[in-house]
Amino acid sequence: MTQKLIVIGAGMASGRVLEHLLEAKADYDITLYNAEARGNYNRIMLSPVLSGEKTYEDIVTHDADWYETNGVTCHFGTHITGIDKVAKTVTSKNGTEHYDKLLIATGSAPFIIPVQGKDLSGVITYRDLDDTNAMIAASEKGGKAVVIGGGLLGLEAAAGLAERGMDVTVLHLMGHLMERQLDEAAGYLLRRDLEKRGITVKCHASTKAILGEDKVEGVLLEGDEVLEADIVVMAVGIRPETRLATGAHLTVARGVEVNAQMETSDPDILAVGECVELNGQLFGLVAPLYDQAKVVAKTLMGEPDVFTPKELSTKLKVTGCDLFSAGDFAEGEGREDIVFRDPARGVYRRLVLEDGCIIGAVMYGDTADSNWFFGLIRDKTDVSEMRETLIFGPAYQGGGASDPLLAVAALPRDAEICGCNGICKGQIEDAIAVGATDLGAIKAMTKASASCGTCTGLVEQVLAVTLGDAFVMPAAASICACTEMTHEDVRRMIKSQELKSMPAVWQACGWKTSCGCHVCRPALNFYLLADWPLDYTDDPQSRFINERKHANIQKDGTFSVVPRMWGGITTPDELRAIADAADKYMVPTVKVTGGQRIDLLGVKGEDLPAIWKDLNDAGMVSGHAYSKGLRTVKTCVGTDHCRFGTQDSTGLGIKLEKTLWGSWTPHKLKLGVSGCPRNCAEATCKDIGIICVDSGYQISIGGAAGMDVKETELLIQVATEDEAMEVIKAVTQSYRENAKYLDRIYKWMNKVGLDWIKDQIADLENRAALAARFEVSQSVFRNDPWAEHVTKAETYQPIANLTLEAAE
Amino acid sequence: MTNWIDISPLDAVPQRGARLVKTAHGCVAIFRTGADEVFALDNACPHKNGPLAEGIVHGNSVTCPLHNWVISLETGLVQGPDEGKVATYPARVEAGRILLDAEFLSQRAVA
Repeated sequence: MTQKLIVIGAGMASGRVLEHLLEAKADYDITLYNAEARGNYNRIMLSPVLSGEKTYEDIVTHDADWYETNGVTCHFGTHITGIDKVAKTVTSKNGTEHYDKLLIATGSAPFIIPVQGKDLSGVITYRDLDDTNAMIAASEKGGKAVVIGGGLLGLEAAAGLAERGMDVTVLHLMGHLMERQLDEAAGYLLRRDLEKRGITVKCHASTKAILGEDKVEGVLLEGDEVLEADIVVMAVGIRPETRLATGAHLTVARGVEVNAQMETSDPDILAVGECVELNGQLFGLVAPLYDQAKVVAKTLMGEPDVFTPKELSTKLKVTGCDLFSAGDFAEGEGREDIVFRDPARGVYRRLVLEDGCIIGAVMYGDTADSNWFFGLIRDKTDVSEMRETLIFGPAYQGGGASDPLLAVAALPRDAEICGCNGICKGQIEDAIAVGATDLGAIKAMTKASASCGTCTGLVEQVLAVTLGDAFVMPAAASICACTEMTHEDVRRMIKSQELKSMPAVWQACGWKTSCGCHVCRPALNFYLLADWPLDYTDDPQSRFINERKHANIQKDGTFSVVPRMWGGITTPDELRAIADAADKYMVPTVKVTGGQRIDLLGVKGEDLPAIWKDLNDAGMVSGHAYSKGLRTVKTCVGTDHCRFGTQDSTGLGIKLEKTLWGSWTPHKLKLGVSGCPRNCAEATCKDIGIICVDSGYQISIGGAAGMDVKETELLIQVATEDEAMEVIKAVTQSYRENAKYLDRIYKWMNKVGLDWIKDQIADLENRAALAARFEVSQSVFRNDPWAEHVTKAETYQPIANLTLEAAE
Repeated sequence: MTNWIDISPLDAVPQRGARLVKTAHGCVAIFRTGADEVFALDNACPHKNGPLAEGIVHGNSVTCPLHNWVISLETGLVQGPDEGKVATYPARVEAGRILLDAEFLSQRAVA
């Protein structure tokens, strides 16, 4: 018979419990009470919301629809006021409700220091979205903020408020910041980093009172110093929220006491998350919470399972700082330190050794090796043998640089990889085992690296290790059935073996067909053209009809003809010529395209050369509306007419189009140039977008507005038009030389990474070389195919007319 | 009884390409493969009448330019997961000239 489960609290732990129960189709009728007026979100991500990097929508994990879809009855914004464990009921403003099983997931509450003025308006804690929103609202007025508490939470609040333009002072009772996680030296580096960002840090600062009449005006310190404040953020710590459990006469120490099955002293009441205590231990990190959630679900389903706390390290993320601590790093009898400092780079590492083993580690500024050190701590590895080079990390052990993947390979399955989502190495390996072969799939299947992203490199290393060693690397998709080779393999072969014709590629790469197919031939034709522009002769028979006939085929077999309009500019004469051509060839539809040009739709195949000739005679050339190559450069009017335009965006658009036209690229290439950030040319959803600003040109890439809609990402900002031209040529050439055929720039960017492309462009010598190779290629291809094809107009006609013979 | 008629020189059709022959009842596509074989088929894909002469020729097949159906030039049968058939006509090459069977073409006219 279906039992009734009531859950109090919609936090990350209880959210995970619900997921497990629903996944297992557990026989429960579930009701959820949450004091916050919303469902479950990723509380760890409140800092990016505060700093403005993310929005609330980005961090929601379960919205109202999710609960409804899954049949969970929700009471958001409803406090439970009492639990009667004898009658098995809970009471709220909505009345009293019976349960068979109850789950307490009330999390923790911020600790409020009991000083005068703590209840004034403008005193904010930092615990939930309402707090975050209150801070954001307060910061909009600017002014001064005082953050009480120099722990992780306080520093995140300080960093976020400073990011939002407030003048921030952090007060910390102890001698250095984050004293529970960092030693003095690391605390100093952290303080220096924060001060560089304009945050004032006061240590040994004890708050005596919060001043103000109706709202906060200042903070009074011991020693009678007064700090002005428009808001005060109280972030001195959290404690388990146990009031309901205490009221229900459950056993409560610091937290609600539970056994390894997560049952409280009443077996029908379970507890999970930050509100629980097990064997004297409290839990604040996500990974153990998620482990608990799994056990809660099992217990509720009557299956045996136990929660075992594991040793945990903290990879801390104060926005913009890189710090790590694990184990015990206090000084003591028989303990030795190994310390490494590089003041110029702001790097600090300290290992605490006892009996030949590392028992604690603190790192600041470079935490790349933290997982390796953590492994040594947890496994109590004897490090005596490698003591000399230990501090330099795994790359320097054993006399030489070793494979960095070995450290990842050595991690146990329960090593946490993604702190935000509590994902362990084993879960990633499991995902790989059922078919995930890239970062995207891992993200989709496990959520690892899907939040803050600092673990992305590690996830990729796990992929490399797992796919390389323990699993057979699934063959990457080949180009087509004619070959086993991937696009990348073939591109490498073409370059390294100097293959300069299609038969050479077929031969060298072992094609299984005599002459390829409609899938591989267009790709090979492009690769050969891109790599050997001066040596390779284009093969029209390996081009899709649109490119072979320089017009777009339509569904009835007719074609559309689009003359180029440089940068979107035309003249009355050109318009007249287009109108005349439309009349003469009985064009049924004349349409303005999305790329600021005029499309003549419904032209008969055999009329193409004739209509082109007419348009050529009026000074127009092919618009390449059909090509995997430059399509359009969309522009606004820039400084010519617009009162906001900052640069000659139309002029730049025309220059770009005259430079890039005729070029072949892996997929179509669309550009936009906007004269100011109002972005009338919609440059930020183009493959390459340029926003003109007072100080120059912001060049961004990777936009799309087709099957996928993407905003561009900033590549570089340059001061002059000449630099802008060079950058765009260079990035286009890099795309041609490296991307897979039919990958738009954003797909290519996802594969190689924006940073890699930035590096290509930042290296001035490389940038110039790319641009020069682009020019070499364009010396062949910057021409009008219409004019060329007009000379072979007869090939557009039937070879024979048998209408008379057939009629006989 | 066949009635071969001379259509054009072989070179008028590019290798792995096609040209059209106009007849009283629509166009017939003349394909030339990489191995210089010649085939004649109705210029209409059984799927949505795509103009096969505009497709990419590979081996003894052509891929329709509209939706990538692959059709055998020898049999006119649609390949792979799709189904259908295109009418084919006898054609051959002799002394560098393309010859078509007019008898068949006239039957087509009747049909």
